[in-house]
Amino acid sequence: MKILVIEDEQQLLSSIKISLEKEGYLVETAEEYYSALEKISIYEYDCILLDIMLPNGSGLNILKEMKAQKKNDNIIIISAKDSLDDKIQGLELGADDYLAKPFHLAELNARIKAVLRRKNHGGHEEISFSNITLDFSKRVFKVAGQSIPLNRKEFEILYYFLVNKNRLITKTALAEHVWGDNTDQADNLDFVYYQIKNLRKKLQESNAAIEIESIYGVGYKLTEK
Amino acid sequence: MKLQSQSMLYLSVTILAIVTIWAALFYWSVNRAIKRSLDEGLENYKRLIIEKANADSTFLENGYFDESFFTIQQLKESPIKNIPDAYIDTMLLMQDRNDVTLELEPVRMLITTFYINGKYYELKVANSIVEKEDLIRTILLNTIGLYIILISGIIFINNIILKRLWNPFYNLLNQLKDYKFGTTKDYPLIKTKTQEFIDLQKATNILLKDNKRIFEQQKLFIGNASHELQTPLTIAINKLELLLETKNLDEHQVEDIAEVYQIIERMIRLNKSLLLLSKIENKQFENNEKISMNEIINHSIHALEDFASFKKLSFTVKESSNLIVEFNPNLAEIVISNLLRNAIFHNIENGHIEVSIEGQSIIICNSGINSALEKEKLFTQFYKFNSKGSGLGLSIVMAILNIYNLEIKYQFKDQQHCFQISF
Repeated sequence: MKILVIEDEQQLLSSIKISLEKEGYLVETAEEYYSALEKISIYEYDCILLDIMLPNGSGLNILKEMKAQKKNDNIIIISAKDSLDDKIQGLELGADDYLAKPFHLAELNARIKAVLRRKNHGGHEEISFSNITLDFSKRVFKVAGQSIPLNRKEFEILYYFLVNKNRLITKTALAEHVWGDNTDQADNLDFVYYQIKNLRKKLQESNAAIEIESIYGVGYKLTEK
Repeated sequence: MKLQSQSMLYLSVTILAIVTIWAALFYWSVNRAIKRSLDEGLENYKRLIIEKANADSTFLENGYFDESFFTIQQLKESPIKNIPDAYIDTMLLMQDRNDVTLELEPVRMLITTFYINGKYYELKVANSIVEKEDLIRTILLNTIGLYIILISGIIFINNIILKRLWNPFYNLLNQLKDYKFGTTKDYPLIKTKTQEFIDLQKATNILLKDNKRIFEQQKLFIGNASHELQTPLTIAINKLELLLETKNLDEHQVEDIAEVYQIIERMIRLNKSLLLLSKIENKQFENNEKISMNEIINHSIHALEDFASFKKLSFTVKESSNLIVEFNPNLAEIVISNLLRNAIFHNIENGHIEVSIEGQSIIICNSGINSALEKEKLFTQFYKFNSKGSGLGLSIVMAILNIYNLEIKYQFKDQQHCFQISF
């Protein structure tokens, strides 16, 4: 899988690159408008991460150019401008998703995987890991072929862990993904632990060969037993 | 005190003083004129008497002020020569039309001496004059009458003419009262030819323009600053996430990194709130729709269920009306969820939250600390009850309500903290 990251902030670029390489992607980068255009015209990518504010030109123009060239690479806009207009305009110009800065690396992973999956599987979507399968078109969780009921929150948590398997997920990243903006003010994130505890119990009871490790109170990591 | 009553007060006091002085002067001059004319009459009389006395000596026998109002007395010795005639005010016993007996009445008297047939005589001629009290009374009554006429004239001028003259001023004043930075589009405008009011309007408009510019700049600055912070914050949080994934970290190192991570998280939340606040104040949410507050409340409660149940809070929702308002849906959701979140996070374990929709009002009450919050501080930015929140939740609510000219009220009753919004 080949991913192009178009971002002018070098340090952000390098963090994203390291994180994506951990996921096994081949990562290429562009730091300004013209080099980005050049790469897009010559190569094909499975996914393009695009910053809107670029030196020498706007990311929105890149989208227009791609539309003109009839390229249909997956595009996720990464923007510091969390404005509805930009979002709508970007999506209308053919972007697949819009991620506002600041974001968690785990969230970026989840977005990329969702975009890739939509393209590659076309509707039938499931993730398998060890002896478990999560089918999210039908919202079914199976351990060794056996269906295990999960509530909506548990399902979402497990999904987030699966798209970030073997990676650290901080409590805030998880809370923001599952509970959205409502965590903005949360006086403590202990309720996350409470939900994880329930999920762990279900995984254990169903003999799933995966486990959710705690990382010193910072977050969790899904690994194979 | 109103301008009109104030001008009324000053004018009536001044006019009272002027009229009083005028009345005194008038009395004095009338008195003088009367006396002068009387004196002339007495002088004439004197000449007639002396003429007659020269012709007819029996005339010299005239007694004490009988019917003819004069008296002649022979002097025993010659008077000092050239004594001028004396005019005096004195009293004589007389009977007026309305007197029963003789009474002392004021008279003007001319005392003079003359010489006939080697004898010196003293002649006293008198004429009754107007009683002082009568004159004073007449003048006083007339003065009071004049004063009343003047005051009514001033009231008339004040009420009709001054009101009309000051009309542009009050018009400008009302427009200024209603002026809100960021909300009111037009500067106060009045139609007037009065130079002072034109100047006033110019001065206020310059002041408003300057303030508006500063206000806009400040808004822009907050917006820009928070925008510019987004990227560095992303870099910081992502670097820490990668750092936390490094192998061979010991527990202490992870804890330290986690602490920094949480601080960055807090900065992100604060920055997001500031950004939202500046977006609201920059009117980036314009499209209003007819929305049901009941739906929004129920939806928000549902979204916050996990937080509430973790704290073992119970919710009561009393819907006695279906509240439909013209509002931006996103903003309505922010208002309700911010208030509900406050109600959850400042609650106690096993506490209670009651949401009531009554008529055009929404009231959200929650248990919490057992004392009222400080009202003045509550609605200011960065007021925090504890250090975990951003202190901007209520500011955001207020900024939104401000757009719609709505208010939020806080009350502490029955050990409950209640926030009420009336639409």
